[in-house]
Amino acid sequence: VPQTWTFTPFRRATNLHDEVGQLFDYAFGRLAQSQALPGARTPAVDLYEDKDNVTVQAELPGLKKEDISIQLDDGLLTISGERKQEQKDESAESYRSERFVGRFQRVITLPSEVDAEKIKATYTDGILTVTLPKSEKAKPKQIPITVN
Amino acid sequence: MNAVAENETQAIRPQPVNTEREFVASNVNILETKDGYVLEAEMPGVNKEGLAVNLEGNALTLEGRRSTPPATGNLVYRESRDVSVRRVFELDTSVAAERISARIEQGVLTVQLPKAEKVKPRKIDVN
Repeated sequence: VPQTWTFTPFRRATNLHDEVGQLFDYAFGRLAQSQALPGARTPAVDLYEDKDNVTVQAELPGLKKEDISIQLDDGLLTISGERKQEQKDESAESYRSERFVGRFQRVITLPSEVDAEKIKATYTDGILTVTLPKSEKAKPKQIPITVN
Repeated sequence: MNAVAENETQAIRPQPVNTEREFVASNVNILETKDGYVLEAEMPGVNKEGLAVNLEGNALTLEGRRSTPPATGNLVYRESRDVSVRRVFELDTSVAAERISARIEQGVLTVQLPKAEKVKPRKIDVN
């Protein structure tokens, strides 16, 4: 399990909030809606590994690719960016705003050394997928055995 | 006049999620403009194929099943939840049900709920 700067308990709280929060919002109206939870600012990530690659998937619905930044520094992968407040019609009135607006950041400690030059990232259906090929020396090696 | 405003506030009411089948509630924004309501729901990993928007009576159900295939390799660490997202809203009669439209883009569903002509603000000329 990689080390991360942020942790999962908030994530669970977010889900719980979704369910309980609906009742809450209903009772307290707009007051409750303005509260952004800490969990909302750290996108959920999944991490996969095989012999050639480390792959990170992050849930980032509704962004533009220009608003997402990916950096690799000393074995730490940082996914960050900002969801900007959308321009809205002045006469429009907001009844609910649960989607978060603002900066997000996630730092992931990679389980293996990767080749920074070969990293690829795609953004599809609101999921960012970063594929990080392992460096040659980090790949498992098959050692041939010679028989005399 | 107050009663009318209050009714409009209640136009879209959240319903508790169904806990028997496992779902998570997506985060939503709801805006009202003079022409209608705009509802945005976050559904990361969901595209058109995995999406169902249904109107039954006055209950609008949004349900999304994640279509994004998992990455290759062993899953080492997971925070995403392998469940569908779902949310149900109750619409009142101010919404013109036959003109509701929806689209999904980068995991965000946008539903346009136009107001029925009869509830749109109208300027009354004074003679």
